[in-house]
Amino acid sequence: MEDILYLVAAVCFIFALKGLSSAESALCGNIFGVVGMFLACVAACSVVDISNLSFIISAMLAGGVIGVTVAQTISMTALPQLIAGFHSLVGLAAVLVAFAVYFVTNAEGAITPYGFSKLRFLEMGTGAAIGAITFSGSIVAFLKFYGVGGKYKIRPTLNVFMIFFIVCLLTYFAFSESENAFALLTFCSFIVGVTLVVPIGGADMPIIVSLLNSCSGWATSGIGFSLHNDLLIIVGALVGASGAILSYVMCKSMNRSLQAVVFALESEYSIARQATKTKAFRQGAPEDAAYILKNASSVIIVPGYGMATSQAQHVLKEMSDILTAAGIRVRYAIHPVAGRMPGHMNVLLAEANVPYDEVFELNEINRDFSSCDVAYVIGANDVTNPAARKDSSSLIYGMPILEVEKAKVILFLKRSMGAGYAGVDNELFYAQNTMMLLGDAKKTTEAIVKAM
Amino acid sequence: MIGYTQTMESLIDGNGIHEITVFALACFVGYYVIWKVTPALHAPLMSITNAISSVIIIGAIFALSNKDSECSKILGWIAIALASVNIFGGFAVTRRMLNMFHKK
Repeated sequence: MEDILYLVAAVCFIFALKGLSSAESALCGNIFGVVGMFLACVAACSVVDISNLSFIISAMLAGGVIGVTVAQTISMTALPQLIAGFHSLVGLAAVLVAFAVYFVTNAEGAITPYGFSKLRFLEMGTGAAIGAITFSGSIVAFLKFYGVGGKYKIRPTLNVFMIFFIVCLLTYFAFSESENAFALLTFCSFIVGVTLVVPIGGADMPIIVSLLNSCSGWATSGIGFSLHNDLLIIVGALVGASGAILSYVMCKSMNRSLQAVVFALESEYSIARQATKTKAFRQGAPEDAAYILKNASSVIIVPGYGMATSQAQHVLKEMSDILTAAGIRVRYAIHPVAGRMPGHMNVLLAEANVPYDEVFELNEINRDFSSCDVAYVIGANDVTNPAARKDSSSLIYGMPILEVEKAKVILFLKRSMGAGYAGVDNELFYAQNTMMLLGDAKKTTEAIVKAM
Repeated sequence: MIGYTQTMESLIDGNGIHEITVFALACFVGYYVIWKVTPALHAPLMSITNAISSVIIIGAIFALSNKDSECSKILGWIAIALASVNIFGGFAVTRRMLNMFHKK
């Protein structure tokens, strides 16, 4: 009976993911996800002793209340933190379950009707190791999103060595079944999670978050193998694949290899920043920008992480409403790696009620820059840098960019004249048709709205 | 060497193969389903995958229900609570995000 429920739950989860292929069906997909999870829990509870039910429900209530409270109260700008925090919980849960399974096998009361072989210990160890890496890695990512701790350099060789050591320990554990090896394995994995994420810079965070997402899936699969539970294996594989694809998309959008990101190979370059030459640039007042915007016939807004930090999305929407009312066509162009997690900008714009048919992806809108009057770059930098196409010596060479430089006028909102994350100077700042608007993105946009 | 033989046996005994089959096929399903997701919904995708990967709660329920090990019971209880934070929180925040995309 429970096997059928597991099957139905697995199908529900697949529908939940499939629902996300369009915004219309997505809410329906979420309901499928909830139903699948409910069925999975019912199936699991149906096979265990009834006397445990009160413990199970009390634990679920305790967690559920916290979860719902956090989810309802958190602001959308803190989304990356929330996701990282949630990933860490899956990782920790995986570690705890792996330990529980280990204690049970030692107490000679197998959780499942099957016996335990060496392979089970290998799977259990793998699940625990990946879970531990997910946990500590996500905690570091979480702290980074809150701005705690800077970027430290850690030699890539150290991480490679540690991972090799973990694989050796894993093999040793599978054959020895020793408690100490298991504890050491988990401990080392915690450490690797930290040392892997600590050297990662801000712009690489979307990749790391998707990678941790993927890891939380593989950990679930690992536990599923050691418990002989097909549902866990299936869900783990789905989530793992999802995170892996997201990481791949993010890497491609930055023209970087996964190894380079994970081992922070280019960190030396970004620390040795190119000296910013003091070149002349044109700085404008909000009133000038308002005048330019009102006289345009089409405007493309390019949001970046700066929009998220200053929470400028609402006032941005206000501005585009005024422009639309004046008959000006307003669109939004979103680079895949804009922000600190995949789809970050889309959620913020959606929060500000920007209709999603005004929001375009890189490939959809790139050729339209040449025909637009104003490109309004708000808090983005590296994703617009023409050096990525022209200068083969540049660090970001080869990265697909939004071709903002083709617009007739570029309004560039920026906090200061400093270089972006990659430490590469952006020649757009000094271009003839660029007007720099220095200061907080939200305040500048508010001033523009007022001047209109 | 004995360990190795055992490993191979459990791989071949059908159970191991069955699970690896399920795993491989699920990877393919995941691959094709995820490529269909529109990039605009990548943030909700992350939060929903996060919620459904908490299906590990099943393992935690088994761990809690074990009679022989007190340790396993305690670890199981904590793991259920952690996974529940994720399940409820994950689905709730996904719904919140999707509602934003929905309203016009």
